[in-house]
Amino acid sequence: MKKNWWKILAIALLIYTILAGMLLDVPRLSILNETIRNQHFHVTMWFGMIILLTGSMVYAIKYLSSGNLDFDDKSIALANSGILFGVLGLVTGMLWAKYAWGDWWSGDPKQNSAAICLLIYFAYQILRNSLTDEQQRGRISGVFNIFAYAAMIPLLFILPRMTDSLHPGNGGNPGFNFYDLDSKLRVVFYPAVIGWTLLGVWIAELKLRSKRITRALED
Amino acid sequence: MKRVLTITLFLIFNLAAFSQELDSLKTGEKYSITDADYNNDSVEMADFMRSNGKIYVVVGVILIIFTGLIVYTISIDRKISKIEREVFKEKVNS
Repeated sequence: MKKNWWKILAIALLIYTILAGMLLDVPRLSILNETIRNQHFHVTMWFGMIILLTGSMVYAIKYLSSGNLDFDDKSIALANSGILFGVLGLVTGMLWAKYAWGDWWSGDPKQNSAAICLLIYFAYQILRNSLTDEQQRGRISGVFNIFAYAAMIPLLFILPRMTDSLHPGNGGNPGFNFYDLDSKLRVVFYPAVIGWTLLGVWIAELKLRSKRITRALED
Repeated sequence: MKRVLTITLFLIFNLAAFSQELDSLKTGEKYSITDADYNNDSVEMADFMRSNGKIYVVVGVILIIFTGLIVYTISIDRKISKIEREVFKEKVNS
């Protein structure tokens, strides 16, 4: 039980996120209206994804420098839950865009680059599954993982800001970003990021442990 | 390893600062939320839903679904722990 304190923390933070995120006062901004509460659910998916994929990249580097397959297992488990968060972020973003922008997909720079970013990671999964030798799979997908991460950062953070994007926080739209977040939103937002990320790590951990059992049974 | 981590973190923070600069370049000046935004009655919000207390029903529904998913996740976690104990104990003995 002592080792599982962070799982309890994740559950507590997420229950707090749902209660406080839905019920506390929020700024009354036009266009956004109540959807500003998506901050604690949609935006946190992307923050969680970036943290999980950073972990995945770090383990890819660790695998490449050591050749220890356990690091490769950790890398793919974190990448899978990161990609799950990314897909959820994209789908919730589309639902929101339908009501805020009038269309599921309006080809906004933020939407397009998020989709490209996910496609790169889908390619990573396909690449992994097409290789059968474990060491070869680990090395090739490890290098791909680092490139995918290096492509994700400009795709999500820089390119959408160089053009006019409709996304809140970009191009003068009423919104929020990491820096000018309102203090009352922050009280929910930061715990929400930690809670969702821990849930992603938990899912990755389950996958990793089942993989370790499979390996132990194979030996 | 530590060096790689330091460089990565440094890059992330730099990029975040850089993108913030791009933001302020683009918009001229940033929109910041003030107290007036909390009391602004001209923007439509879900006040009606809250006045009837119905929003709590939605929050309850979400909480029930969330609890169900978490309970299921915990049960998978326990099941894996059980198998782990069996498999890894077996390996040590053999």
